[in-house]
Amino acid sequence: MGIMDQFFQQLINGISLGSIYALIALGYTMVYGIMKLINFAHGDIYMVGGYVGFFCITIMHLPVLPALVISMVLTGLLGILIERIAYRPLRSAPRLSVLITAIGVSFFLEYTMMYFVTPQPRTFPHILSDVAYHIGPFVVNNQQIMIFAITIILMALLTYIVQFTKTGKAMRAVSFDTEAAQLMGINANRIISFTFGIGSALAAAAGVLVGIYYNSIDPLMGIMPGLKAFVAAVLGGIGILPGAAAGGIILGIVEALVSGFISSTFRDAAAFAILILVLLFKPTGLLGKNTNEKV
Amino acid sequence: MNSLRKLDAKAIIISLIGFAILQGLLTADILDNFWELNMILICINIILAVSLNLINGYTGQLSLGHAGFMAVGAYTGAVLTVNFHTPFLISIIISFVTAAILGAMIGLPTIRLSGDYLAIATLGLGEIIRIVIMNVNYVGGAAGFMGIPKYTTFAWAFFVMLFVVFFIKNYVNSSFGRACIAIRENEIAAETMGVNTTKYKVLAFMVGAGFAGVAGCLFGHTFYIVHPSSFTFLASFNYVIMIVMGGLGSITGSIAGAFILTTVSALLSAWPELRMIIYAVILILLMFYRPQGLFGNIELTSLPIFKRFKGGK
Repeated sequence: MGIMDQFFQQLINGISLGSIYALIALGYTMVYGIMKLINFAHGDIYMVGGYVGFFCITIMHLPVLPALVISMVLTGLLGILIERIAYRPLRSAPRLSVLITAIGVSFFLEYTMMYFVTPQPRTFPHILSDVAYHIGPFVVNNQQIMIFAITIILMALLTYIVQFTKTGKAMRAVSFDTEAAQLMGINANRIISFTFGIGSALAAAAGVLVGIYYNSIDPLMGIMPGLKAFVAAVLGGIGILPGAAAGGIILGIVEALVSGFISSTFRDAAAFAILILVLLFKPTGLLGKNTNEKV
Repeated sequence: MNSLRKLDAKAIIISLIGFAILQGLLTADILDNFWELNMILICINIILAVSLNLINGYTGQLSLGHAGFMAVGAYTGAVLTVNFHTPFLISIIISFVTAAILGAMIGLPTIRLSGDYLAIATLGLGEIIRIVIMNVNYVGGAAGFMGIPKYTTFAWAFFVMLFVVFFIKNYVNSSFGRACIAIRENEIAAETMGVNTTKYKVLAFMVGAGFAGVAGCLFGHTFYIVHPSSFTFLASFNYVIMIVMGGLGSITGSIAGAFILTTVSALLSAWPELRMIIYAVILILLMFYRPQGLFGNIELTSLPIFKRFKGGK
């Protein structure tokens, strides 16, 4: 295999991985945009989504798509519940308290899950037979095509909700200025719940897709992708939806190229190095606008 | 000023009595090895919590990379002791210097960030330190560095801890500390008043990181091995939780936080999963009902009742 073939192959792998990061990053960026909270539990919501999908497929013998939808709905409800129980009472508390609560929720989800399903990784059933397609210089298998397709559909759906519905307009208003939005008669609490629900549903979809792609899920699988997705959100400009999607894809490609051409042990370091560079040179992210500090 | 010194002297005497009792119990074998290990761990965690409190609590710079500095100290100490046969005290001092230099190197570029961005950048840098260490074969790579002699006794851990606590206490009560607190309260106002904010922020990072290195060195010489997995960002979270639990900006609070959390996790060590669930629930409830931490920013020693007992005024 020539170096170019290898490059194209890593590119495809990178876009698959990047789509997953992008789905998680969208939820991160929406929550951050609306509440200014780094929701450390978001990666664990993705893990819960993976497990719900796993149980739908293995115990209830559902096909992939219904399992995906059920997982998104249940996990979305879980996200709303978490917001209602853990974050809403702290709406006016200092930011650090909410951050610590998020870490607490993250530990709670991880270890409650571990308590019930044991720490052993579960093998995701092999649902799709491996078929590889040759398109020009690329070799794509059908799992990757499924990831691309579902990611694109979900992103289109999200864009529609945020840009063209009344709820979406309210979401944008709350994220721009919560108090002014409330004065205009928007129920901010309901919008924040809705945002958590959508973000969690997207993370759940990513969890199911990862299960199908890598064939393995475990209770701590959300920690690293959660952080990476935050890096992706910062990279694209936090609070900006297309930024999160672009950031996720870029991060996935960089990671795949680093693990393909340098060493797979450095792929996590590469992600964090990108984060530091972005923060130092363009802290508002690739698509962000500069704002001046006012006294 | 005089009353402060008096209070210091009394605090030292009380700590020494406490140490004598605990050491006596250890020598008499009333407390077994498990508890000796946990007492050492409590001392190490107090060092980490108090030094992190200087950065997070007093200077107001949210850092989530403390475990990275600890790793640097642990590995420096281990390499010095094993490969260069330096005395333990020298290893500790050089661990301090190395971690402090790294703290300054990391502090300088990231210092212009604030709030969440600084938190996530320090988290990333802590992870980068760990991943780089994991890829250096000289220090054992991913398998960890083995064969470190067990130099850390309860006495070592206790007296190093006492030194660090008093150092940070005096630092905070000096003009340096007041500059740090001014930066925490309002950075722009502090700068307008002529405080060199960059200098004091980097200095706080250096001192905090240095003592994290000291704690790492003690840690490495406790368990015969240092392993990269001990220094993940989850460990950093742990130290942040300790200081938030005790109260940001309270040294006695940090000591209490480190003590309580280490003891609780030791008591529940037989049920690892349940332990983390309980831990998480405590954390969430604490943030609901006492977000300022157990002590807020009040020192235990400044409570009237404590003063009366000690007669200081």
